[in-house]
Formats: sequence, structure tokens, C-alpha cells
Amino acid sequence: MSGHDYTPTLSNAPFAFTAENEALAQKHVAKYPPGRQQSAVMPLLDIAQRQIGGWLTEPAIRYIAGFLGMPEIRVWEVASFYTMYNLQPIGRHHVQVCTTTPCWLRGSGDIVQACEKHLGIKVGETTADGMFTLKEVECLGACVNAPMMQIGDEYYEDLTPETAVKVLKQLAAGETPKPGTQSGRHTSEPAGGATTLTSINRPAE
Amino acid sequence: MPKLTIDGKEITVEPGTTVLQACEQLGIEIPRFCYHERLSIAGNCRMCLVEQEKAPKPIASCAMPVMDNMVIHTDTPLVKKACEGVMEFLLINHPLDCPICDQGGECDLQDQAMGYGRGSSRFHENKRAVKDKYIGPLVKTIMTRCIHCTRCIRFSTEVAGVEELGAVGRGEDMQITTYLEKAMTSEMQGNVIDLCPVGALTSKPYAFSARPWELRKTESVDVMDALGSNVRIDARGTEVMRVLPRTNDDVNEEWISDKTRFACDGLKRQRLDTPYVRRDGKLKPASWAEAFDAIAARLNGVAGAKIAAIAGDLCDAESMLLLKELMASLGSANIDCRQDGARLDPKNRAGWLFNSTIAGIEQADALLLVGCNPRKEAAVLNARIRKRYLAGGFKAASIGPKADLTFACEDLGNDPKLIEQIAAGAHPFAEILKAAKRPMVIVGMAALARADGAALLPAVQKLAEACNLIQEGWNGFNVLHNAAARVGGLEIGFVPGEGGRDVAGILDGAAKGQIEVVYLLGADEIDTNRLGKAFVIYQGHHGDRGAHRADVILPGAAYTEKDGTYVNLEGRAQRGRRAVLPPGDAREDWTILRALSERLGKTLPYNTIGAVREKLAAVAPCFARVDRLVSASWAVSAGGGAIEAAPFQPAVADFYLTNPVARASRTMAECSALAAGRMPEKGTGTHG
Repeated sequence: MSGHDYTPTLSNAPFAFTAENEALAQKHVAKYPPGRQQSAVMPLLDIAQRQIGGWLTEPAIRYIAGFLGMPEIRVWEVASFYTMYNLQPIGRHHVQVCTTTPCWLRGSGDIVQACEKHLGIKVGETTADGMFTLKEVECLGACVNAPMMQIGDEYYEDLTPETAVKVLKQLAAGETPKPGTQSGRHTSEPAGGATTLTSINRPAE
Repeated sequence: MPKLTIDGKEITVEPGTTVLQACEQLGIEIPRFCYHERLSIAGNCRMCLVEQEKAPKPIASCAMPVMDNMVIHTDTPLVKKACEGVMEFLLINHPLDCPICDQGGECDLQDQAMGYGRGSSRFHENKRAVKDKYIGPLVKTIMTRCIHCTRCIRFSTEVAGVEELGAVGRGEDMQITTYLEKAMTSEMQGNVIDLCPVGALTSKPYAFSARPWELRKTESVDVMDALGSNVRIDARGTEVMRVLPRTNDDVNEEWISDKTRFACDGLKRQRLDTPYVRRDGKLKPASWAEAFDAIAARLNGVAGAKIAAIAGDLCDAESMLLLKELMASLGSANIDCRQDGARLDPKNRAGWLFNSTIAGIEQADALLLVGCNPRKEAAVLNARIRKRYLAGGFKAASIGPKADLTFACEDLGNDPKLIEQIAAGAHPFAEILKAAKRPMVIVGMAALARADGAALLPAVQKLAEACNLIQEGWNGFNVLHNAAARVGGLEIGFVPGEGGRDVAGILDGAAKGQIEVVYLLGADEIDTNRLGKAFVIYQGHHGDRGAHRADVILPGAAYTEKDGTYVNLEGRAQRGRRAVLPPGDAREDWTILRALSERLGKTLPYNTIGAVREKLAAVAPCFARVDRLVSASWAVSAGGGAIEAAPFQPAVADFYLTNPVARASRTMAECSALAAGRMPEKGTGTHG
């Protein structure tokens, strides 16, 4: 059978936006002309996913369909198409390690292995305490800082097996690791310092 | 107008034509799976690749609009290679199960793989397998065969107007399904079976029952509603296996409703296959001679005024003509074909036709529905209205029960008095009608079959005149009939003669003993309890309400078993043709009446169906112009009485069970139960 199960998490718990999220949702709906409110389906799914804790339940899909006045199947189509919507429950921290060619050339295989070893799970699994879900993903567009992984909304770049595990440890301890590059360089500037325009005075940092 | 060259031939086409359509105009066949001329363009199967000069790679001809001076090649090695490549990709994940596939023998994929494929695959890995989905009792899914053409999704979204099917997932893992495998609710869902170019969506009731090359195909006309959809009846031996649509752009395009398609299993059940005579209160099988003797004995000495006849919803025009003439020879004027009691004016032809014509809907720009729900009463006509609605610049409103019609329709309320208000210009919708170029009104049986129908009919006609619906070259007044036989009956004049009784009068008379003999020609939609002590002769094909009450049953032929003429709601006479023989001792209906007339000593002068049809042509011009239209001159009916304030009640309570054939069908019973929520959503898995 086909690899993916796209059935959203079935749940008896009814879903409704919190007052705060409803206001946010209305703000997105208001961006589009009257009668075109369906265009707001993607931000609304994201709001619902955040409210639930990282994934979408079936009642949430139905709720959004009702909220936007569109057929349920159309909402499900969108939610199942994009990989950023999770239809199955995931851990609190969604660890997505990029393994597309540039990251792979820079050692993403080692990063995956280090994460697996540290968390004690395989790719696609969730730790028993529900803290981490580990996934392999395709290019996240940060190739210049490869290898990298995304956890939640943040990118952690220029990883080594050690720094990757350090980030995971910090998250497990409830700390907030510094997002971005983990190698000490500034954003995506050359790792060993500037190699061009060295003769002119650079503005002070 | 762009001019282009295809395979060295020059052609000038309308702007906006696609390359594929231009090729078709030149008679060049382009293979395709996702492209369908009545659906939006998807361009996802890539089968229609052709070579365009100066383009860097082959183009998908279905999605490429023509441009001036384009040079297209469809027969080059590049095109051949492209087609073979696409075909090979499509077959990577398609199972090789043609021997057990119901689509086998009429499969686009099979045919095109033969015509355009390489003949072998270089793919040795495992094929994809996909779980089958439950999408209702009518459409069976074998999803591993799906090639993701999305025709079914586009049909349900665009034509049927019920967004139920969708594609979840992406890429190779994309799967067609309904939301959480709910049953589809469209009345036209069966059409996805025809649209599916492979065997992913097949007919559930027909599953594994026949192969296309075993079937005898007969072109005929449908009688499940008044639309007269053109159908093809596929039969094997004495059995009708399935009903498929035929293309007729003026009537049904290429769609048919689920009742038309799936009620055919009702033709095998509850059939009257031998005459019956009631003896000692019980119906006993009898010979034709005994049945005719019983009728002759009872009719002997009965005055004509005490005899009556009612024609049902599925009758062919030939049998109605003979019954009318038989009743006339017996001295009876008590005949009526309006068994629902519709107060239609038999003298005013424009007052009972769908004058704008079905194809004319596409010219209309404003529509008022009065007491009708076209989605339930004529599903394919409703799809035509939706097509017009999708084209834009179309305003619709309804006076009647609230309903989801699949097109935007303003609900004016269910108040019959609104008709007079609009006619008087005292309602905002009157302005919309007056401002429209081609406004139309459709009045249904929910209005005309009411006690005050005789007042409603002229009221709607006056509205038509007041709001500019009647113009030179355009008649916007339309009646939506629910019965295939009704317009034919009215054309023949199967209505009360001088001093004769209509249906209500016949039933009253029978209850009071003033009518002694009632002849029911397939009439089942009347209140048979009101027939009192009358001697009831039932001629028909199903053991339904009429037959249960009958004293003599004459077994007739169903629409698939006789040559017959049916007039659709536009007044278009169309010929139904015999696909199989009637069961047992049953006979074609006009021959029964011819034989009975001889036994009664009133021999009707017809020995062949040709002779009957000659007479039909003399009776009404529409029968002389089969398949074509004869327009009617406009007049307002006299009518009478006052309009009551009571709201309209739906004319069709259950779409799936409107006639004896459908009521005998297990498939229709299942659909009806599902629609009414009397059945769990998913099947038990023990069948299909």
C-alpha cells in the first residue's frame, strides 16, 4: 500500500478557535475580497495547528471548512498536500533535519545519526516522553549554512553532530538555544573571515 | 482569427481554441486522458504532447491556445517518443489486471497503450498499491488503477456542482476520495464512471456482470424523468445489463441522472409476466383470452359515461393514442393523462411546454423558479442551469421550498402570492426580469398540481407577459414536467373530452359508484383507495400500486422492451427502441390495446406500428418531426379561481423512487435509504 496515510487525526474533542485566534483568523480573512474568504485557508490551518499543539485534527479541518464556507474535502486537500501541516500527532519539538544534496554533502547523514542516537529513536518516530519527533525533510533553503535542521519555527545551521546534540539538550532542559548558525560565524558570511574586499575599511560591527 | 499549420495543413480557428481542438477539427486524433471537452482543462496527464516548431520541447496540446502562424507536428519521431514515454510512466503504477477489470474492452488506457505505447516497460521495481475508497453505493473504486487525471473531481465540482470528490496527498501518493469516505450525494454521480478513462471508478451494481463485447447495444430514450435523455441500453440475452448516456447536445449533452443509469435492475423485479384475473377476491394467473373475456363481460352493457381511463407516467404515445381511440369507441370521454392532477390547459400548447428549450437555458440571463426543484425533478436539466450560472451574468430566484440547487438562487420565500406581486411589478425581482435580455420562468408541478393550479397557471403566464418573458424569437415561459409520458399525452389529447371527467373526477366518480370501469394504463401514482368498487383494468409492467388494486391485469412492456415514441418536456418527440423482449406473456402495449379492441368488437384500424405512427403524425405535428422541435404560439390560459396562500410542497419527495421501475430497483432503494439517513454510511463489505 501507498506509504502515506493522509487521514487527519480523528478526535471526539470538538475544535474551536480561542478568542485570540479567532480575531487573528478574521484578520487573515479580511485580506481577501468578499466571497474569496477561502483564500485564507492556509493561514487558518496554521493557526489551528499551533492551537492544537503541532498537528491538525479532523474536527479542526471541519471547523475551518465551516469557518470559511468551503467543502471539507477542499480543506483536507490543502492540509494533506503541504508537508508543514501535520495530520498525525507529533512531539513538542518537531526536529526536521534537511538531507537534500547540499546538506548531505556537508554531512547531514552524521547529523541524523547523532539525533537518532541522542534521542533513542529512528527517523519518523517520537520519543516516549513526547518531547521530540525526528524527521528527514527536503531542502529548507538554507544551503549556504549546510548542514541544518529546523526545530519548531527556528533554523539551526552549520551543525556538527556535537552542536546538533547540544541544541537538543538545551531544548530538553527547557532552555532556548540560539537560532541560526552554530559555528560562531556571522549569518552566512565566510567561515574563515572575509576573503574579498579585505583592503578597504569595513564598518565596525 | 488565428491561422496555424498542423501536419502541413493550414487551418483557421476561433481565437481561444486549443491546439488539441484545432487538431480535432482537422480530424487528427490526439491521445488524451485528462482532457474532456465538457470539463475545465487540467493538463496533467501529458498524453497529448505534440511538437511545436520553435518551441524548446513538446507542448501539451490540450492546454495550449492556438496562436497565429503556429506550426504543429503530430506525427514526428519526437511526438511518438514523447507519447511512448508518457505512456510508459503512466503504466509504471498501473496494475496489469485487465482480465479482471470491468473497464476491460472499453478502456481508454488499454486502447491508447495499444495505439501509442512501447509495448514493454523498463520498470522492474514494485508498483504502487492504493487502498480502495468507499464513495457510495453506486460507484465502485479500485484506486490502484487511478492515473490521477482528476476528471471525476472536475465533474463533481463543475457539472454536478456538489464538491465531494477531491485529491488528498501529493505526487505519487495522491489519492482520490470523498471527505473521510462519505457517500457521494449528487444525483449525477454515475457519470464519473463514464468519465474515468481507466477502471478506477466502475459501476458497483454492474460489477463483474458482463463484458462490453457481449452486449447488444440499442439506442433509446430514457423515461425516468420528462427530459427524454438519450440513452444506450446494453443488453445480454433477455436481460438489460446497464444504461449509458448517448450524446445529444440539445437534450442531455452527455450526462444522465443516477435514476436513469441505475434503476434498470428494477426491470427484473416485480414484473407482470402473465395476465391475471381477480377471482374470489384473489388475483389468479390467466390466459390472454380469459383476461379479455373478463373485460368484455364486465364492459357489456356499461354506458360510456361510466367508463374511464387514466394514463400513467411511463406510457409511450402509441399506446395512449390507441387507448384514447378505444375509449372514444366505447363512448367514454373520461380520459386523463395528468394522473398527478396537474391543472394544465390542454388547449394551450405553449402553456405546457418548456418553451425556451433545454439548450435555450444557456441563452437565458435571468430565471425565476416557481414551485419546482429541478435538481430532484430533472437532474440533468439542473446541470444545464448550473452551466449557465457558471458562465456568469445570470440571476436566479425561487418561489418554493428551500433547496440546494447547486447554483446561486435567491430564495424569495415560499409564498404563491409573490407571483402576482412580481407580475404587478411590486417586487424587486420584477425589475431583474424586465432588465434581462432573455428572462425565463420555470413552473413546476408543486405549483400546477395543487388545487389552485388552474389559478396559478394563468398567473405565471401573466407574469411572463408583464416581465417581458415573451419576445419575438424567445419564449421564457416553461413548465417542468416530472413524467416522461405527460407531454406526449397532452399532444395526443389524452384529456377529458366534452363533458368528460379528469383524474379527480374519475376518482370521485369511482368512489361514489358513478364510474364502474377504470382502465389504468401504467397509472400507479394515483390514490388507488379512492377507486371504490370500480372494476379496475391495469395494463402495465410492474406489480405496483395500480396492479395491486386491479381486477384484471394485462402485462405490458417496460420502456426497454418496446418501440415507442416519447415526447420530452420541450415537445421533442423521440423514439425509444426495443432492446429486449418483454418477459413471459407480456406484450408491447399498443398491440394489447389493438387485440382488446378486436375482442370488444371495436377493432382499431392499426396492424403495424407504422400505421399507428402515421396516425400520431396526423394528430399532432410534433410526431411528424421526430427529434426536432415544433414551437407553440403564445396564449394565456383561461384558468380560474384564486391563488391560495398555502406554501408549495415539493413535487418529488424522493428522487430515487418516483416510478414503478425505480421502486422495484434494489439499487434505488439503497440510494433512497442512504439519502434519508436510514442506512449507515459505509456498506458492510458483504457486497461489492
